[in-house]
Amino acid sequence: MDLNIMSFENVTFTYMPEDETVRPAVEGLSFSIKQGEWIALVGHNGSGKSTIAKLMNGLLFPQSGTVTAMDQKMSEESLWKIRSQMGMVFQNPDNQFVGATVQDDVAFALENNGVPHAEMVQRVHESLRQVKMEEYLNHEPHHLSGGQKQRVAIAGALALRPRLLILDEATSMLDPQGRMEVIETIRELREATGLTVISITHDLEEAALADRILVMNAGHKQVEGTPEDVFFAGNKLTELGLDLPFAMRISKLLTEAGVQLSGEHMSEDRLVEDLWTFYSKK
Amino acid sequence: MMEKMIFGRFIPGDSLVHRLDPRAKLLFVFLFIAIVFVANNALTYLLLLVFTLLVVFLSKIRLYFLINGLKPVFILLIFTFLLHIFFTKEGDVLFQFGFIEVYEEGLRQGIFISIRFLVLVFITSILTLTTSPISITDGIEVLLGPFKRVKLPVHELALMMSISLRFIPTLMDETGKILKAQMARGSDIGSGPIKERIKAVVPLLIPLFVSAFKRAEDLATAMEVRGYRGGEGRTRYRQLDWRLIDSLSLLLLAGFTAALWYFRT
Repeated sequence: MDLNIMSFENVTFTYMPEDETVRPAVEGLSFSIKQGEWIALVGHNGSGKSTIAKLMNGLLFPQSGTVTAMDQKMSEESLWKIRSQMGMVFQNPDNQFVGATVQDDVAFALENNGVPHAEMVQRVHESLRQVKMEEYLNHEPHHLSGGQKQRVAIAGALALRPRLLILDEATSMLDPQGRMEVIETIRELREATGLTVISITHDLEEAALADRILVMNAGHKQVEGTPEDVFFAGNKLTELGLDLPFAMRISKLLTEAGVQLSGEHMSEDRLVEDLWTFYSKK
Repeated sequence: MMEKMIFGRFIPGDSLVHRLDPRAKLLFVFLFIAIVFVANNALTYLLLLVFTLLVVFLSKIRLYFLINGLKPVFILLIFTFLLHIFFTKEGDVLFQFGFIEVYEEGLRQGIFISIRFLVLVFITSILTLTTSPISITDGIEVLLGPFKRVKLPVHELALMMSISLRFIPTLMDETGKILKAQMARGSDIGSGPIKERIKAVVPLLIPLFVSAFKRAEDLATAMEVRGYRGGEGRTRYRQLDWRLIDSLSLLLLAGFTAALWYFRT
C-alpha cells in the first residue's frame, strides 16, 4: 500500500489563466506527505500557501499536474469521498462556526455525511473530549474565546475520524494564549492518535514543532527539510521575509556578539538551559 | 429600553411550558390565534383571559416581568381602546363630556378588542420566551415538512434561519467595533437632526456589509469542506421528542375551544 496521504505532482495553478503576464499562484509544485507526518507549510503572504490548501481539498483544481489524496486522484467524482476523510480548520474562528451551540457545530459534518443519530452523539462527545471542550457542550459561540472556538473546529473535524487534518492559518487570528491552547491540542492529538497534520502557517514557532517544513516562495517550493535543516539555513529565511523563531534569533544575535554558545537553539527551553550553563561556567 | 424589551427573547427555564416540544407549542399558538376569534361575549372573553393567565402561570414567567417587558405594546393597546370608545356610535349613550359621547357598544367593543389583543401578545410572547430560537427553527422545519412536495425549500429555509440566528451576536459585536472605529475618526452618530443622523449611519453600514459578505464566503467554504451538499441524505443531530404531555396540551386547547363554542352567542 502506498503510504502517501497527500501528494502533488508538478501542480500548476493560476487564478487568471487567460492573462499570461500574471504569475501562477502555484507553479510546478511537487511534494508528498506520508501517513502520520506533521508537515508545516510556511511562506510569506502571496507565496501560494492558501492556494495549496484549496487545491488539497478540491475547492480549486489545478490547470496542470495532479493532486492525489488518500490514494485517489482529486476529481469531481472522488471529491466528496476525499473530503469525508479530511478535516480542515480555517483562519477565522467565527466564520467557520455553523451550529448554534458547540455540540451542534461538532455534529455538522456528521449530519452532512448521514451518520445515524446514536453514533453521532457518541462521536460528538468523544471528539470534544479529545480537545478538552466537553464541558462546553451547550455553549453558544459568542461565549467562547478564539482559542476555544478553534478547538471546537478541530473537534468538528475529528468527529469524522479523518486521516488528515489541515490547519489553514488556524492560529493566526488568536492571542498568544489561544495559540498555545491550539498548538498544545494538536500536539496531544498527534501523540494519542498519530494523525497526519498539515499546518499552513507563517508562525515559525508553530512550524518548529513539525516533522518537516516546506518553505514556499512566489509559488515555488524554496526549501524542504526538517526544522533544524530549514532554520540553520537562517539567512535564506530572512531573505524570504520570514522571521526565525525568537529563541533562534536571540541565540544568533548572542553568537554574533561574541557569546560562545554551543550549537543552535530551536526552543526557548534549550536556549535558557545553555545560557545558564554558560553563565555558571564563566 | 432595549434590555427590557422581551420581544423575541428567550428566558431559559425548566417549567412545564419550557419542556414542551416546539412543534406542539407552535401548533398551539397558531390554533390559539384562530380560536381567539371565536369569543364574542363577556363570558367567552373572560374565559380567554383566564386561559391565557393559566398558560402564563404554567410557564413560570412572572406576570410583572411580562407586563413590564411589553410596555410599548400597551401604548398601542390603549390607542385601539380609545379609538373604539370614540368612534363606535351604537347602543345607548353612557355619558357625555362636551362634544365627546361614549356609547355602550363602543365601550364593549373597546374592552373586547383590547382583551383579544392582549391575549394574542401574551401567548406569542410566551412562545418565544420559553422556546430557544433554534428549537423554534427545528419545529418550523418539521411542521413545514409536508410543503416539500410543492417544492418549498424547507431545509434551506431552516438552515438560513439558524445561521442568521447564530450570526446575530457576531454581527452585533462587529457593529459595536465599527461604531467605535468611526467615532474615533470623528464621526458623530448620536446627535444632530434626523437627516444628518441617517447620513451618519452610512459609514457604519458599508463596512458591516463588506464584512458580512466576507464572512458568508468563508462560511460557505467551511461548510463545503465539511461535506455540506444540501438537505438530501442528511441526518439530524437535534432530535425532537413528542411526548404525552405535548398531545395533552393540544387536547387541552381543543377542550377550551369546545367550551368557547358552547358559551358563545
